[in-house]
Amino acid sequence: MQWVSYLPSLAQGALVTAWITLAAIAIGALLAFVAGIARVEGGRIVSTLALCYTELFRGTSLLVQLFWFYYALPLIGISFEPVATGILVLALHVGAYGSEIVRGALASVSVQQVEAARALNFGRWHTLVHVTLPQALIEMLPAFGNLAIETLKLSSLVSLISIADLTFRAQSIRNLTLDSAGVYTLTLVGYFAMSLVLMMVMRLIERLARRGAAFPRAAHS
Amino acid sequence: MTDNVKPPLIQFAGVTKRFGALTVLDNFNFEVAPGEKVTLIGPSGSGKSTVLRILMTLEPFQEGRLTLAGMDYHEPGAAAPFRASERHLRNIRSHVGMVFQSFNLFPHMSVIRNVAEAPVRVLGLSRDEAQARAVDLLALVGLADKKDHFPSQLSGGQQQRVAIARALAMRPRVLLFDEPTSALDPQLVGEVLAVIRDLAHEHDLTMLLVTHEMRFAREVSDRVCFFDKGQICEQGSPEAIFTAPSHPRTCEFLASVLG
Ligand SMILES: Nc1ncnc2c1ncn2[C@@H]1O[C@H](COP(=O)(O)OP(=O)(O)O)[C@@H](O)[C@H]1O
Ligand SMILES: [Mg+2]
Repeated sequence: MQWVSYLPSLAQGALVTAWITLAAIAIGALLAFVAGIARVEGGRIVSTLALCYTELFRGTSLLVQLFWFYYALPLIGISFEPVATGILVLALHVGAYGSEIVRGALASVSVQQVEAARALNFGRWHTLVHVTLPQALIEMLPAFGNLAIETLKLSSLVSLISIADLTFRAQSIRNLTLDSAGVYTLTLVGYFAMSLVLMMVMRLIERLARRGAAFPRAAHS
Repeated sequence: MTDNVKPPLIQFAGVTKRFGALTVLDNFNFEVAPGEKVTLIGPSGSGKSTVLRILMTLEPFQEGRLTLAGMDYHEPGAAAPFRASERHLRNIRSHVGMVFQSFNLFPHMSVIRNVAEAPVRVLGLSRDEAQARAVDLLALVGLADKKDHFPSQLSGGQQQRVAIARALAMRPRVLLFDEPTSALDPQLVGEVLAVIRDLAHEHDLTMLLVTHEMRFAREVSDRVCFFDKGQICEQGSPEAIFTAPSHPRTCEFLASVLG
């Protein structure tokens, strides 16, 4: 029953993982909306900037981004705490992928809805906030759920910039005890439990959003 | 112009509209007097919807002049495609409302919010004023008891009546109907036509109606225009068009729709 002794350390690591993941999702979702709306509604310059951001972060390795922010950026005098770096880079990742989700969902709202809003003389901002976004939001939720779980799993990369997350703790314990089977099994269970919770929370949000008669279609499974 | 002729509310003067290489309206001339009820009939693809959509500022046009109550749709120096600032377009839109073939209600809003939303957001009415206005209009279209339903809970005919109430809530001078009953099951057409028929008695409201309901067109319109290939091929009183059409294309079309 050696593995019981790993639990306190792994639990601490899991807390770090949870904190980094949740913070990255929250900040990333904000970035996703800003960049996604900029892509759809922005003028040429704004939407190009948003596109550059999206493609830059989707087109490069997350691990290299982490190293770049952690090791290269300080060379030009900008440095953050490791945890802040981890959250920032993961948030930029969520923002980049999330902006595609936001853009796609906004584009999927039928053009007739926009024309109806225009015929009622809604301004662009009102059309976005009161007509297109509320309809797009429902479409985004399943994809955002997947992205959240993806982010949880990717967060293990932050162990490589010496953040004591679940993966980092697991590595340390394994190096001490050499009990690969026990340590890594527990670690997998830990990630799985956390993603299960995330999944249930996202399902709940989706169910609440689809509550009532406005969107009678069944929730995506 | 003589004194007893009212200046037109709507005037298309030499309007040309192209979609890429396709010219849909070519040097189009058309006038509508204030309060007039005009029906546009004609084969599919002849440009009827395009005329309404240009009036609603949903489509730009390339050449010619269009005015509404003396306001020019184009502003000098403004950029294509609309050649008018957003502010100018919104000013024009404040006089025009439109009812679409596919209703286009907002699915995430209750019926009363569908009707009250624009008066609140655009006209700046208080929620209470807008709701009171909405309740009146829903009563007018016979749907006061459905105000807390969502569009998905209504039949097509009911949805279209809500859409009419929603357009009226903005108090437009001109109301455009683009085949308002074409998407409906036959047994639901009557209830929508009845609402439009009541509106046609509103003296001040100018109506442009595209429809394939010939009997209805005959009842409600002051003037019927037969469209063919982007031109008004023949126009006149409903009696003249339906009982004694002179143009062979009109005869052909009427024969095909009246069976
Ligand atoms: N967005 C568009 N892009 C290209 N062609 C269009 C578009 N909208 C309409 N058209 C074309 O313009 C012509 C007139 O269309 P429309 O005004 O819808 O006719 P109607 O309402 O009389 O059936 C048709 O040939 C149609 O294919
Ligand atoms: Mg049409």
